[in-house]
Amino acid sequence: MKPFLRTMGAIVWKDLAAEWRSREMISGMLVFALLVVFIFNFALELSPATRSSVTAGVLWVTFAFAGTLGLNRSMAAEKDRGCLDGLLLAPVDRTALYFGKMLSNLVFMLAVAVIVMPVYSVLYTVNLMQPGLWAVVALGSLGYVSVGTLLASMAVQARTRDILLPILLFPVLIPLLVAAVKASSGFLQAIPMEEIWPWLNLMIVYDVVFISTAFMVFEAVVEE
Amino acid sequence: MIEVRRLVKRFGLKTVLRGVDFHVEQGEFVALLGPNGAGKTTFLRILASLARPTLGEVRINGYLLPQQAAAVRQRLGVVSHLPLLYGDLTAEENLRFYGRLYGLDGLDGRVSELLARVGLAERRRDLVRTFSRGMQQRLAIGRALIHQPDVLLLDEPHTGLDQDACEMLDTILRDVAAQGQTVVMTSHDLARAEDLATRFDVLSRGVIVASAAAQALPPEGLLSFYRQALRAPAQKGAA
Ligand SMILES: Nc1ncnc2c1ncn2[C@@H]1O[C@H](COP(=O)(O)OP(=O)(O)OP(=O)(O)O)[C@@H](O)[C@H]1O
Ligand SMILES: [Mg+2]
Repeated sequence: MKPFLRTMGAIVWKDLAAEWRSREMISGMLVFALLVVFIFNFALELSPATRSSVTAGVLWVTFAFAGTLGLNRSMAAEKDRGCLDGLLLAPVDRTALYFGKMLSNLVFMLAVAVIVMPVYSVLYTVNLMQPGLWAVVALGSLGYVSVGTLLASMAVQARTRDILLPILLFPVLIPLLVAAVKASSGFLQAIPMEEIWPWLNLMIVYDVVFISTAFMVFEAVVEE
Repeated sequence: MIEVRRLVKRFGLKTVLRGVDFHVEQGEFVALLGPNGAGKTTFLRILASLARPTLGEVRINGYLLPQQAAAVRQRLGVVSHLPLLYGDLTAEENLRFYGRLYGLDGLDGRVSELLARVGLAERRRDLVRTFSRGMQQRLAIGRALIHQPDVLLLDEPHTGLDQDACEMLDTILRDVAAQGQTVVMTSHDLARAEDLATRFDVLSRGVIVASAAAQALPPEGLLSFYRQALRAPAQKGAA
């Protein structure tokens, strides 16, 4: 267990240190996410009354697209100077490599959410600062990066990876996104908890299923 | 040390290695020569556990690849034609990161020593993306040595290095060989290979077509041996 955590820690530390230097990924994701939020609100000409019903959808579309930017960038950094080979040459568990990458991708996703959601709240006077909503964001992001990291490491082998990743990723994400949108709008419209629980449960099951799948297939995906 | 029997590697329908037999004793320094596209890089990637053999048996230190890859990786250092370094980390941070992946503790001393050895002590806090090609190559060599491997695999390590850096690399490689470590190096620089290696193998069209110890080279030298080897017909057909 100790070497496993050590490897994961080394990778997360490395990704955060590199991002701290360049700030390319976070700034790219943020600018994109904020633009999407603005454009949606102009395009839909939302009245305060309709806003609470579409906010959940707008937010998750934003996160899903901003996330692919981050995932592509994070895997491209591994491919650039052959670093992925460097990782694979090390005498470490392949799944520790996967969990390390997944964890740093999760940190980047949540960092974007932590900035976008308060901005959204202030601009559109919708209160997004609810613990329940944050739980949905956490569960949704976890599911997103667990599938995303796996598929991004597949797509990075291809020349057309920028286009390939969303094509592979979005169909697989549909159940997660549906559940996340339903649960989020449930919290925003203050629907009784009993009606939200099934969606939360679906997200938990999704997270467990895809983390275990990645655990089993990651080695086969990255090795020639 | 390294034992390869009847190794075949196919990419789809294309057969790149067609029955390679290759044996290296501990402490040998083998130069693997051959024309472009002969399969040298493919062969080294299989030895490095980065690619799987299609057929045949590959053992390093007695461990079978790919089944016992983890044990092999612990004792293996690789310099590929890409530097395997992170551009947004400093030289020092790159070495430290890889050191951790190899489970090393107390890395400060080791990192300083390696940076001095490859002549980058003054640039230790600079980001690798600001390094020239040759400086990245120097650091890549440091990276490969961080865990003091028993077996060192190098794919055209002299490419991109200036005169000083080539000599530095040769010194490092001689040190490594003098310590009893095993080295396999591909190269197109016959003069340097002749200087360093104790054995020369020529890979052509997917098989080893000739092999000679340094003492057994013809008096005209490596170039004539190499040309002779390429003229001879391949001894083995596709498996
Ligand atoms: N991933 C791959 N898919 C398909 N073919 C490949 C792949 N990798 C290598 N090859 C083919 O295998 C052959 C040998 O390539 P390799 O890179 O091993 O040659 P090499 O001896 O290292 O050449 P060079 O001296 O130019 O470095 C080439 O014909 C190449 O096209
Ligand atoms: Mg090559």
